[in-house]
Amino acid sequence: MIEAKNIDFYYGDFHALKNISMRMETNTVTAFIGPSGCGKSTFLRLFNRMNDLIPATRLTGECLIDGQNIYDRSVNVDELRKNVGMVFQKPNPFPKSIFENVAYGLRVNGVRDKKFIREKVEESLIGAALWDEVKDKLKKSAYELSGGQQQRLCIARALAVSPSVLLMDEPASALDPISTSKIEELIHSLKDRYTIVIVTHNMQQAARVSDKTGFFMLGELIEFNDTKKIFLNPDKIETQNYITGRFG
Amino acid sequence: MKKIRKIFERIVESILTVSGALTTITILLITVFLFREGFGLFGSSEIEQGYRLCLNTANPVERLSSRQIMQVFDYQIENWQEIGGPDEPIVPFRFEEIFNYYSEEEMGADYELLPVRLGEYIAATPGIIAFVPEQYAPEGMEGVKVLHNDHISPADFFGGREWVPTATPAPQFGTLPLIVGTLLVSLVAILIALPLGLGVAIYLSELASDRMRGILKPAIELLAGIPSVVYGFFGLVVLVPLIQRVFNLPVGETAFAGSLVLAIMALPTIITVAEDAMRNTPRAMREASLALGATHWQTICRVIIPYAGSGISAAVVLGIGRAVGETMAVLMVTGNAAVMPHSLFEPVRTIPATIAAELGEAPAGGAHYQALFMLGCILFVITMLISVTSEMISKRQSNKGL
Amino acid sequence: MTHKRTNQHIAFWTLRLLGLLVVAILLWILGFIIYHGAGVINWEFLTTAPTDGMTAGGIFPAIVGTCCLIVGSMIVAFPLGVMSAIYTTEYAGNGKIVRFIRIMTNNLGSIPSIIFGLFGMALFVNALGFGDSIIAGSFTLGLLALPLVIRTTEEALKAVPDSYRTGSLALGASKLQTIWKVVLPSAFPNISTGLILAIGRVSGETAPILFTAAAYFLPKLPTSIYDQVMALPYHLYVIATSGTDLEATRPIAYGTALVLILIVLAMNLLASLLRRHFGKKVKTN
Repeated sequence: MIEAKNIDFYYGDFHALKNISMRMETNTVTAFIGPSGCGKSTFLRLFNRMNDLIPATRLTGECLIDGQNIYDRSVNVDELRKNVGMVFQKPNPFPKSIFENVAYGLRVNGVRDKKFIREKVEESLIGAALWDEVKDKLKKSAYELSGGQQQRLCIARALAVSPSVLLMDEPASALDPISTSKIEELIHSLKDRYTIVIVTHNMQQAARVSDKTGFFMLGELIEFNDTKKIFLNPDKIETQNYITGRFG
Repeated sequence: MKKIRKIFERIVESILTVSGALTTITILLITVFLFREGFGLFGSSEIEQGYRLCLNTANPVERLSSRQIMQVFDYQIENWQEIGGPDEPIVPFRFEEIFNYYSEEEMGADYELLPVRLGEYIAATPGIIAFVPEQYAPEGMEGVKVLHNDHISPADFFGGREWVPTATPAPQFGTLPLIVGTLLVSLVAILIALPLGLGVAIYLSELASDRMRGILKPAIELLAGIPSVVYGFFGLVVLVPLIQRVFNLPVGETAFAGSLVLAIMALPTIITVAEDAMRNTPRAMREASLALGATHWQTICRVIIPYAGSGISAAVVLGIGRAVGETMAVLMVTGNAAVMPHSLFEPVRTIPATIAAELGEAPAGGAHYQALFMLGCILFVITMLISVTSEMISKRQSNKGL
Repeated sequence: MTHKRTNQHIAFWTLRLLGLLVVAILLWILGFIIYHGAGVINWEFLTTAPTDGMTAGGIFPAIVGTCCLIVGSMIVAFPLGVMSAIYTTEYAGNGKIVRFIRIMTNNLGSIPSIIFGLFGMALFVNALGFGDSIIAGSFTLGLLALPLVIRTTEEALKAVPDSYRTGSLALGASKLQTIWKVVLPSAFPNISTGLILAIGRVSGETAPILFTAAAYFLPKLPTSIYDQVMALPYHLYVIATSGTDLEATRPIAYGTALVLILIVLAMNLLASLLRRHFGKKVKTN
């Protein structure tokens, strides 16, 4: 379970997130939607502390994963990031072979057992619905794959270190419709084993894949509810306007 | 009025166009002049210009290599048998010695009888090899033959192991010790500079705070700006005595001193180029690695350095290029012994240092002068190759991507 | 798992130390020369000629000679370099020619200075018959500085926003007028930084002037561009390595080295001041 309590976040003087609180249940898919620049990606990146990399940022409030405040001093950031996988907007495989891409997370976490690595790579590629397409060319460069395959490779790479949470930052925005639907199917199948949070600018996608949806605007969480409720009968007029495309 | 201006602009624009070709023209001119002077060497004779070597006709030897000639006159070869002749001791004879055997009167007025006397002496001495000026050479006299005078061969130049340009009668232009010396000093310099430079580049691109960058960057610029003669001076008065003491050597002017100075001088190049390459690693690569639980250091080692690999190799190549061509600093600290180096702690002589040290004393147009230009050609070709290599490497870098 | 943190800790501290080491090397060199040279430099040292077989006196002729060479080489390199850069950035477009020219400029920049010395001797001293002279040295050094001037000028020209050009062209100005009246003036500050850096580079070069301009000892000042001159870097080389009395000449060598370093420091400082000054001015506009 992921819980955010009274989150405020600043880039320098810019107040990017304003007093946000929400809970994301285990083994559900939560989608964040909203106009660009609304803070949904910033919010997502709080949960694996990716925003730590940006200088001159400031955070107040609490971020809890399974009851543990991940911004506590005692938390080991590498361990946290291992537990909270992330898939980025553009596919970003390393300039290495397909196999080495997936094995990377295991290797940096000190796994030396070759057999275990091989099994884990296969398992992750199967989990990411890519195995059948690449099983004969694991030694080939990841750059030889298509964009959609690369993105599924990145998902496999994230799965390989056995995270419990998967953060997806507009994972299909750079892909064609067919690849997109493959990714969406994949999200469905992963739901049973992972807590998934996905940021998307595509409302249909949110409606298709998520159980719960949060609508963000200008750094505020306007509304957070069951996906059906948000899309069929939102409480707030801003949500209504955004859903129906009256602004955005 | 307007028309005049149009014409004027045309003229100016065509001048600009020509000036665009300026660097190309300069390189072309450099090539032409270097190679024209340099290749003259292979048209020069082995024996010092204006002189002849004469033998007794009884001696079957027709030609000798320049190395053999030098050894003969250095008394390293003492019997004709060793160089394909009869069993006869060699009598090296220099022109001046003739005055030991004949009186002034016997030479005649204005030395007109000198060739005759030389001829007599040579004809009477079966083992002789006489080194005489062309104008007094007893050519065509009975009992005298002139040793065949070959041109200096490229094989001797590139493969020779002795560089003694002032040796008489046959100067030795073997460049091997100079080439080996240059490579030795430069490569060791890079071996020293690379870990240091790479480390500083990583520090600068990944770790340094803005304040530290504000200190380091100008410091590196300054290091790059210090004239090489000042580095040489510093090396001479500080490093050379230090090396002599630390390693307990007879002299401190060694290949190692040169490498140390060159390492310091190559640092700015390596740091700047490598840092640029690492900064160019896409943020997506870093984030992907960090998001998988890799530490910053693991990300540097496994993602950033491999990604910047070609940039880093360009840095190394450029560093070598700088080191190979560096003249003054090396000239001042390496001791300049033109012998094949056997260890780092012996004096060596590099190609640029040789040119700088000897060109002033080599008469223009002579074999020595041409040999130094030929050394320049070697250096020119090496640095061009290095420059083109680094160009190709950085092209590969810019082609890489998603 | 703390293992990888420890590794990182060790690695990062090592890197920090390496960074400090580079600063330390610089400070060592500068400190050493300043420490020994500061006591030597005074008004007399800077304004008198060497005496007593160069074991006493000052370095005035060398300073004058270096100044002559700087001025001469910049007269050669500056206009040619700027014109060449104007051609590549404003006229040549983006095709194969430009790429070729750029490669050639880089190649020229990577040729060792001793090669320039050889070339200068063959062409200017011997073929053109200038002899060892200011003019031969200036041409040699000018060609050496050319790539640096071209590169900095190109960057300066590229930094001029395209809107300036289109704005001027839209008013009916010809291309040449635009370059002359709009592009060059706004690129001028950056071009002048390049010029200053080139001066810094040229002032310390020794190898190119060994056989084209520099004199071992010449107590009188040059009267024409066909005269030989003393020059600071060559003077340092000579008194550091081949003086008759090395002990007595050491202080003079320290003083000369310090003067050389001061010139480089001054040029670097001036360049960064210029950059900062004009950088601000552009921003407030």
